[in-house]
Amino acid sequence: MRKISMFVVLYVVWCLLVFPYDRTTGQWDTQSLLVGLVAALVVVVLFGNALPDRSCFLLAPRRWFWALVYIPFFAYYCLKANLEVAYLVLHPDMPIRPGIVKVRTSLRTRVAITALANSITLTPGTLTVDADEDGTLYVHWIDVKFAEDDEATREIVSRFEGHLRRIFE
Amino acid sequence: MTTIGVIITTVGTIFLLLGSLGVIRLPDVYNRLQAGTKCTTLGAFLTIIGVGIMQPAWFVKCSLIAGFILLTNPISSHALGRAARKSGVALWKGSVLDKSGEFDSSDRLGTRGHQEAD
Repeated sequence: MRKISMFVVLYVVWCLLVFPYDRTTGQWDTQSLLVGLVAALVVVVLFGNALPDRSCFLLAPRRWFWALVYIPFFAYYCLKANLEVAYLVLHPDMPIRPGIVKVRTSLRTRVAITALANSITLTPGTLTVDADEDGTLYVHWIDVKFAEDDEATREIVSRFEGHLRRIFE
Repeated sequence: MTTIGVIITTVGTIFLLLGSLGVIRLPDVYNRLQAGTKCTTLGAFLTIIGVGIMQPAWFVKCSLIAGFILLTNPISSHALGRAARKSGVALWKGSVLDKSGEFDSSDRLGTRGHQEAD
């Protein structure tokens, strides 16, 4: 079941990328359709087991809603991150105090931790360097404000945790 | 339409330029990764979306590509940072803190897959 849904998703992505339908003549491009079938099949056979066991839960509409809410929230921090890097790079003295801090998350599933690590990497001044199974993340912080684990956690992790829990757990 | 696309692409290019400046100016691997990741992600994202707006027929393809960049770019920088840390690349001398000495090699995300590969 999991592999079938993966196959369908892959094939839809392929069709969107290749777009094997000619609007002017109204003809379908059978070559592209066939190649897509083969490619999706190969990927499913080779990597079908790489997905987490219960990835079907991601299809619930409630999770999609929260994912949509997450996008503008995340876009704001992403833009802020870029402006901050721009400021640091253009500033003649480069006012940085870099360091690696340790933060904890209460998220448990692997998908959620991955999403959290990615979000941290794309937000102001922080870059996830390593992650433990028990929810410990080592984060490189370009401007260390709090050395204590708890304070750093509150500053870096807390703003995403609630959202991601609603999406992924 | 073309004007909007050109503006967005230009902004993306500026971010890419700033990112490359950051890679040159910042002191060590980790700081450079920071500049590299954030600016290339948003820069490439905006550039591709801008192209999609200029050519509406390509918009769907472009947004798919942009989405994949957004998802995969932080993972690659994470892999680079982790590899640098594990192979013992030191932090810049001006760094104020390093808690990564508490790394241990067991029960880490990813090691399981590695063992299977062996």
